[in-house]
Amino acid sequence: MSKDKFDLIIIGGGPGGYVAAIRAAQLGMSVSLIEDKHLGGICLNWGCIPTKALLKASEVKHMLDNVGDFGFSVSNIQMDISKITQRSRDVANQLSSGIKHLLKKNKVTVFDGFGYLDKKTTEVKKVIVRLKNNTKTLELTAKNIIIATGARSRNLPFVSSDAINIWDYKTAMTPPKLPSSLVIIGSGAIGMEFASFYNDLGVNVTVVEALNTILPNEDEDISQVVASNFKKRGIIIKINSSLKSVTNNTNSVCSEVVCDGKIETIDSEKVILAIGIIANTENLGLDNYDIKLKNGHILTNEWLETNEKGIYAIGDVTQGPWLAHKASHEATLCVEKIAGHKNLIPIDKTSIPGCTYCRPQVASIGLTEKEAKSQKIDIKVGKFPFIGNGKAIALGEAEGLVKTIFNKTTGELIGAHMVGPEVTELIQGFSIAKKLETTEYELMHTIFPHPTLSEAMHESVLDAFDQAIHY
Amino acid sequence: MSIDILMPALSPTMEEGTLSKWLVKEGDNVVSGDLIAEIETDKATMEVETIEDGIVGKLLVQEGEEAIKVNSVIAILIEEGETLKGNEPPLPKNELKSEASSNNNLEIKLDNSTNSKLNIEVNKDNLINKDANRIFISPLANRLAKQLDINLKLVNGSGPNGRIVKFDIENFDHNKKENINNISLSEDNFEIIKNTSMRKTIAARLVKSKNEAPHFYLSLDCNLDKLLEIRASINTKSNDKYKISVNDMIIKAASASLIKVPKANASWENENTKYYKNTDISVAVAIDGGLITPIVRNVQSKGLYDISSDMKYLSSKAKEGKLLPEEYIGGSFSISNLGMFGIKQFSAVINPPQGAILAVGAGERKAIVINENISIATVMSVTLSCDHRVIDGAVGAEFLSVFKEYIENPSLMLL
Repeated sequence: MSKDKFDLIIIGGGPGGYVAAIRAAQLGMSVSLIEDKHLGGICLNWGCIPTKALLKASEVKHMLDNVGDFGFSVSNIQMDISKITQRSRDVANQLSSGIKHLLKKNKVTVFDGFGYLDKKTTEVKKVIVRLKNNTKTLELTAKNIIIATGARSRNLPFVSSDAINIWDYKTAMTPPKLPSSLVIIGSGAIGMEFASFYNDLGVNVTVVEALNTILPNEDEDISQVVASNFKKRGIIIKINSSLKSVTNNTNSVCSEVVCDGKIETIDSEKVILAIGIIANTENLGLDNYDIKLKNGHILTNEWLETNEKGIYAIGDVTQGPWLAHKASHEATLCVEKIAGHKNLIPIDKTSIPGCTYCRPQVASIGLTEKEAKSQKIDIKVGKFPFIGNGKAIALGEAEGLVKTIFNKTTGELIGAHMVGPEVTELIQGFSIAKKLETTEYELMHTIFPHPTLSEAMHESVLDAFDQAIHY
Repeated sequence: MSIDILMPALSPTMEEGTLSKWLVKEGDNVVSGDLIAEIETDKATMEVETIEDGIVGKLLVQEGEEAIKVNSVIAILIEEGETLKGNEPPLPKNELKSEASSNNNLEIKLDNSTNSKLNIEVNKDNLINKDANRIFISPLANRLAKQLDINLKLVNGSGPNGRIVKFDIENFDHNKKENINNISLSEDNFEIIKNTSMRKTIAARLVKSKNEAPHFYLSLDCNLDKLLEIRASINTKSNDKYKISVNDMIIKAASASLIKVPKANASWENENTKYYKNTDISVAVAIDGGLITPIVRNVQSKGLYDISSDMKYLSSKAKEGKLLPEEYIGGSFSISNLGMFGIKQFSAVINPPQGAILAVGAGERKAIVINENISIATVMSVTLSCDHRVIDGAVGAEFLSVFKEYIENPSLMLL
């Protein structure tokens, strides 16, 4: 086979694209991966991973602020924000070179450049690659193509990030120095993680949310626990507040917010825009094919195939939820479908867990209580607070809650919502339970180890059926 | 300690059966000798009794479940005070089954300790059976199926390795549910009825007969006038205590003919030919969904009264599907009589391993020639199907002529 003909071409090397490439190589396909910026995508370079490194630093700071609770006293604590961000960058770079190694090991041909679909011809599909650091373009052909170009942060019509006073996630992850005050627009996962990080490092933080609750995708009980924690820490939360304008002064920013019909201005040193994402669909040559978009994101069937046979799309460039683990799962599903595997199961969107790594952490899967009720499902709800959990008290992190929602008739676990210590590590228990279609009976009769935070999950299930022991 | 109740072998050849009805329910107290279930074998329905005392803890097969292998566990008895998860949500069936079958293996070992070879075979069967019967299903799907009363055997699992998941139950075609035994594919053009084990047995035996036994056919007519006259006179004296039928007399005549022509009372056994000393006459009885051939044994030493009451007893049991295996397995010669339907003459398929079958037609008033004169008589045509491996033409002909002699001169049977 010549060097420009492949079984599969993947455009985009994020957690969707590189996983697809490795899986396809495992299945014996000749694979080419085209990445314009950095292997590992936003997730690994400018998202999931480096922010976790930053949040570890703010957790250490929080711990240092509270060492007295554990019988220590420390003095003369110094903080160097450049070292904090450098550690975060090092973590990202380590992983990105790890991906490069994995792709090489699996004999994936990686092109460093921008790939796009060429005009539709007969049988084969052609992809043009504009190589980086080179004026040359390449022409590649393949039977199947996966578009995995991801998304980027959204700007507002009247305000765009300038990387100086108005930050997007990239600047927010690599601040030249700590600002004294910060306004964060948007209280989704990204906004809340930055709010928690900067607050723990001593910055005055205001969160502006247009809807009537922070973390609007989470269950109301969970949002409430986070809101009250944030307020206790001095974070100002403005809900029902839509941003009207941002005035960029040289040394400060003035945000104009409409709150309950009243106009309010908030002055801060910096502003972070965390108001969602838009898909990277530009210049991909989608117009050359009949590929349909909805709200800017590519539409696919349940096997991730677009309107065009043989052209697939996975990850953030497609319909939500926009999560790295959804992209990676779509990658393997899509590749196995291309390979003709039988007995594949499409993704059930109510079985994709979501995590937010602010302090306290938030993790959930399935329907919220509100969603369940709006679908007229007869439910049973269990709630167990971490204050009833021995391990949480021993850790000094007894704030939080595990909430479980069951279908009253069938016993199906339809939702699980957690806020508190390490819940992002705990949620997989409920993911497995949901995937294996357990009912309350199996969960009740599962032995959870003592003393662990996971016992709160068990108790929550028991509580849904009025059998909680420690509450 | 719980006790497993195993699927019994109701005849030496039985390999599997259908549990047609439970006569106990979970929670019932049973003592040794109590009837617990009705089991349908290839030819009959039989009641099964328990040999143990206890409480019925769990019924592991559903009523109507087919092809249950002999020696697989069908129910579990428990002792007083012992629980098998009473009021809690039902335990996944699979777990319980595998638990049960490990006990089951042990018990069979004890039962068959005199025959170690058999023992091993039985265990192997058991393992295969366990796997074949295991249904992979998610707990949620299992509960939904129970709530919706869906037979899991009709559900195709779409999960990994055919595991049944919620989706499969929610998308189950409920028309399937109502037609467990007669699944109609296109109601307009035809109907498909599932073959019962009896139909399958009939098919297997008759195909074997036609494939293996070279059939030839001999027919002749018998004048029934004297026989009818004698029958009438016997029956007028009965005071309703008996009613001898023409068929009873044909059975007697066939028996008498076999005694006189013993070469026609034979079976092919490859290396040997078996000649029977008794005349055990199998008589075809039509029953719902098929036919069965109960046996009037030792006809040579029975009078018409005994033959008649045997036939009444056997045919009523046959029609209820309650014949015991020894009442229909065996026999040396068969009679099939379709005279009551007005059939003039027909050829029957030999009932293996027997050597011949006599097909009896209707008695009809006919003009016949006696001593060059035309007169009217009741005439019955009979056709003998012979297995040429054991009965040659001359032997068959001799039998038929003797039979005609007895039918036309019934008093000779008194000799």
